[in-house]
Amino acid sequence: MKEGYELIYKRPKALVDVRMHYCPGCFHSTIHKLLMEVVEELDIQDKTIGVCPVGCSVFAYDYLDIDMQEAAHGRAAAVATGIKRMLPDRIVFSYQGDGDLAAIGLAETIHACNRGENFTFIFINNGIYGMTGGQMAPTTLEGQETTTSPYGRAPDKDGMPLKMAEIVSQFEMVAYVERVSCDTPANTRKAKRAIRKAFEFQMKGLGTTFIEVASNCPSGWKCTPEESLNWLKEHMFPYYPLGVLKEPSKKKKGNAARRTKTE
Amino acid sequence: MPFKGYVEISIESCKGCNLCVIHCPTDCLALNTSDTNSYGLHYAYLTDEDKCIACQNCSVICPDAAITVYKKVE
Repeated sequence: MKEGYELIYKRPKALVDVRMHYCPGCFHSTIHKLLMEVVEELDIQDKTIGVCPVGCSVFAYDYLDIDMQEAAHGRAAAVATGIKRMLPDRIVFSYQGDGDLAAIGLAETIHACNRGENFTFIFINNGIYGMTGGQMAPTTLEGQETTTSPYGRAPDKDGMPLKMAEIVSQFEMVAYVERVSCDTPANTRKAKRAIRKAFEFQMKGLGTTFIEVASNCPSGWKCTPEESLNWLKEHMFPYYPLGVLKEPSKKKKGNAARRTKTE
Repeated sequence: MPFKGYVEISIESCKGCNLCVIHCPTDCLALNTSDTNSYGLHYAYLTDEDKCIACQNCSVICPDAAITVYKKVE
């Protein structure tokens, strides 16, 4: 450091100092960084447990310096439920992509949200199966060309894209739902605030918290990182609008209070 | 009066995604197209230290957390 200067930003210590395997410009690594910044700010590194999915983020345990558990494809929500029930004082999050959470693991997701399990979902939605080569996912946009829908997704054949954040915000026991993105520095700061809020609500025991990240996939979309940001703004945001979908009201009691009342 | 600062970019961590360059408000970052790191990727570097205002936009957007930001003490 030069003399007369002070350090104002550096890589979070909880993020292991290794090179991540993600493609250049991928939001997975941005979200890893934000997660670890939040863990450091809240000083919960020794009591946070993450659950990895199957997908590009399958090696997240190599990069996050916290306790991690690998789950079978789509079953991260079920594994996180077990961890949180056995160790209720820990902060548990599941980190899942759209093929994992919205396709093969849809049942686990829906039922974990319906039961109001007190952990946080980090849902990375990039509209395709990125790891396996860009196949069509449930969240692929209408008309989007992928390797398994070369003429574009046709709603009469393939249905419409699933809006997961809107779906889970319908459940009574879900406390907090927000859709964020990392396409600009401002949106990245908002994403960090959303993750922090979700962890704080989880510590208060308010119920399930769900953060959907409208993400990019430069390799899967076959464009440069810069073009992927423009594509995100033009096509993803109109269908997946950013913002808070559900927030706990101050008057309403959390799930912990509701459960003890019925017992 | 804007702040003054400078950034340090880890050459080996940088993957050359160009996101910091397009989000820099004072255009003081650039991608080095004549040199690569050991992985064969172009890396970003600070072109003009006088222009840096320590806004942290580059470090916030950087997917690989390769950027460290310093600010001049007033």
